[in-house]
Amino acid sequence: MKRLRRRDFLKTGGALVIGFPLGNAVHAQERGSTAGPPDPKQVDTWLAIHADNTATVFIGFAELGQGNSTSLLQIAADELDLEMSQIKTVRLDTNVTPNQGGTYSSASIQRGGPQLRTASAEARLALLQMASKKLDAPVERLTVANGVVSVKEDGKRSVTYGELVGGKLFNVPFTGSAPVKSPAEYKVVGTRVPRNDVPAKVQGKYVYMQHVRVAGMLHGRVVRPRGQRAYGAGAKVVNLDESSIRGIPGARVVRRGDFVGVVAENEWDAVRAARELKVTWDSAPTLPGNAGLYEQMRASQTNDRVVTERGDVTSALGSAPHVASQICHGPYQAHAPFGPNCALADVKADSALLMCSTQDVYGTRNSLSRLLGLAPEKVRVQYYEGSGTYGHSCYDDVAQAAALLSRLADRPVRLQFMRWDEHGWDNYGPAHVGEVKAAADANGKIVAYEYHGWQHGWVGVETSAQLTGVAVTEFPAGAVMGVSALNCGGMYEIPNKRLVSHMLPAKDYLKGGWLRSPLDLSFSFASEQAIDQLAYLAGSDPYEFRQRNITDARWRGVLDAAAQAAKWTARRAGANRTNAKVVRGRGIGVGTHLASYGAAVAEIEINRETGHVVAKHLYGAIDAGQVVNPAFVENQISGQLVQTASRMFKEEVTFSKTNVTSVDWNSYPILRFEESPEVTAVVVQHLDQRSTGAGEEVMAAAAAAIANAFFDATGVRMKEYPFTPARVLAALKVG
Amino acid sequence: MLKTMANLKLRVNGRMETVSAAPDTPLLYVLANDLALQGPRFGCGLAQCGSCSVLVNGVETRSCVTPVSAVEGKSVTTLEGLPEWYAAQKKLARAPELHPLQQAFIDEQAVQCGYCFNGMIIKASELLSKNARPSEQEIRSAMNGHLCRCGAYPRVIKAIERAANAMAEVAR
Repeated sequence: MKRLRRRDFLKTGGALVIGFPLGNAVHAQERGSTAGPPDPKQVDTWLAIHADNTATVFIGFAELGQGNSTSLLQIAADELDLEMSQIKTVRLDTNVTPNQGGTYSSASIQRGGPQLRTASAEARLALLQMASKKLDAPVERLTVANGVVSVKEDGKRSVTYGELVGGKLFNVPFTGSAPVKSPAEYKVVGTRVPRNDVPAKVQGKYVYMQHVRVAGMLHGRVVRPRGQRAYGAGAKVVNLDESSIRGIPGARVVRRGDFVGVVAENEWDAVRAARELKVTWDSAPTLPGNAGLYEQMRASQTNDRVVTERGDVTSALGSAPHVASQICHGPYQAHAPFGPNCALADVKADSALLMCSTQDVYGTRNSLSRLLGLAPEKVRVQYYEGSGTYGHSCYDDVAQAAALLSRLADRPVRLQFMRWDEHGWDNYGPAHVGEVKAAADANGKIVAYEYHGWQHGWVGVETSAQLTGVAVTEFPAGAVMGVSALNCGGMYEIPNKRLVSHMLPAKDYLKGGWLRSPLDLSFSFASEQAIDQLAYLAGSDPYEFRQRNITDARWRGVLDAAAQAAKWTARRAGANRTNAKVVRGRGIGVGTHLASYGAAVAEIEINRETGHVVAKHLYGAIDAGQVVNPAFVENQISGQLVQTASRMFKEEVTFSKTNVTSVDWNSYPILRFEESPEVTAVVVQHLDQRSTGAGEEVMAAAAAAIANAFFDATGVRMKEYPFTPARVLAALKVG
Repeated sequence: MLKTMANLKLRVNGRMETVSAAPDTPLLYVLANDLALQGPRFGCGLAQCGSCSVLVNGVETRSCVTPVSAVEGKSVTTLEGLPEWYAAQKKLARAPELHPLQQAFIDEQAVQCGYCFNGMIIKASELLSKNARPSEQEIRSAMNGHLCRCGAYPRVIKAIERAANAMAEVAR
């Protein structure tokens, strides 16, 4: 069965290129009749060679705008000795592409690169062995260029990959034993190949999820109160008046429990019906509201875990000459994808097809399988890129909701979340309270460090499922971010250290999810300000102080790279302070997410009369080991710096005691053109090192650099972000 | 109140189109569903973000809040029609494959997810049609109503400057 399927595909020449026009959505359904995942132990699972001497690579990672649908091909191109123009990839599909785990933790290259590299090497070896027979020459005498195998010193004797295996299966096991190339042999890895999705994207030819339509479908909308309640509270229908949409004859209500939606042939009818349907929702207060948030977090019953305990922190803190101590607050922040999530579902009695923008097609297949009561093999999930998601936005929720609407309406349903659905029912990056104490000796060496973090974890049940009556759960505890041993002083040599996570009950708070560099901005905001304060107390330049306390060569390297890019000159923070109306400051910071090394410098400007803060120039450096495409990583750094400025200056989910109140771009402002900083991105390349993530590792450093620049300019340590004018004026007044 | 359907005549990307829609239907839904255009796309439905922007008689317009009846008899240009619109404006014999802005966005590799780039390119094309050599500050203020969640602003500014230079070369 599996053989037949792949063979059918081979005939097509792999026309299902990511970013191909709409017609190919239909094509995908004709192919791939068997449920995946395909066997990872077969080379055929990973790539196919076509008769025209081109290759298709099958990848389990989603293109999210980071460029991995190009950079993963660079890896395969080098191992296969193909040009980039000879190689392409296909849409993620649980009937077609391998399961490499979700596109999480910026790890496409880190986890997917080695798999693809070894699979490609295995295929190349098999091709060389075939060529050896065909050309009657030993493998050692063969050389390959652009998929043409020729005999060394006898270039006339040659055969192409396409002639050797085109249109046929390899039928070769993936042993992982074929030798891969050394970095010295790379021609494509490490170079600035342009992204293959950009031309279609700027012409309107790229098919985003929001563009997909199928014959016979209805348009759907969900009906929910504008703004979520506490995670555990869900939303309860008190009264629903179906007659309120009698004036829109094309629309009808579908409902299961508290899950309410409308469907219509015409999209505008669906939009109007969702707006006009009269539903009374339970509005009992279930939340602390912004004003009471941090107090409730500190007062809640917590589940405590010691992350690190080393030396004698208490006595080291008690005896050191320089002690910095601070309690910092970080708000809930939203993913807020620029285009709200969208999904298209065709649910039948015994099978389902879901098109959506999930980061993990197989994970979403499992959750839909539970929701619909269908075996996983009966559910097919296809990935279509949506707008940038930066983590767990509502892509699973919209897929579940579309599936429910389709089942209830007994038709294919395209569901486009409205702005308030996405903003109001997001899995927000959780709020954080960080209490940090750090101490340095008379020589400016950090001797003690203690960090206590209060936060809750991530939701285990999507809103749609919850509203149908599924009880809420938290994400498995082991998978939830606690205090980060890396970002809470992990880069420094500190003999006495204690890190403690105080985990809050998720059901009493807003829905939490992983938001790009989860919690790292908050950890770093607290931690790196304390380190900066020690530098200040010790009378040191903050860059020099960090150099003195870091021994790891890669942390040192990335710190130096950021400082050099910013032309950092040594002086103590605050040495250039003035009483002018508009003051400038500079700051430095280090941080990461899970792996890689990040450093940043910020130059900011503060209007002391209006409280308005702007980042003028942000510098970010990353060491992510082997960087397959430095241009893509520079673009990622640039985006991280701008998004960090947005999160530090603008972004905060607001909520009353009843519900979230930030439900659009006016109530949840983000950074705009007029306040966008100039950015400088630096890639510290290590071709000989393992690749690690590069999509979120500069944000913690940049958040810290911004906070430290504020101190440099004003002599005031900010204890809460975002730095709104009101908060800045209040902080400056207290001093 | 029952919204009666009407046959409406629109000029979209130079072609006359007749669509059947309730007159209060936002133009966006007509362009996306009836005419299967992919440039304008849903972002907020509130005219806050610029995702759905089109040119109406050369003026950047938020199609998510513009009733389709309001553009009857007017000329609508979407991202797909931008090269022809540019050719007509510059009186070129033939439309280029790409508007200089589209080329500049490729050359600068300005895109991350790219979803906002419809609005970015539409707004910037309006800007350059009125002000051939905008300063950086003029670019920032003209573009300020268009959001990018990926943080591509610095590259978008560079791409607009690059396109302005390229268009000046053509004019010379």
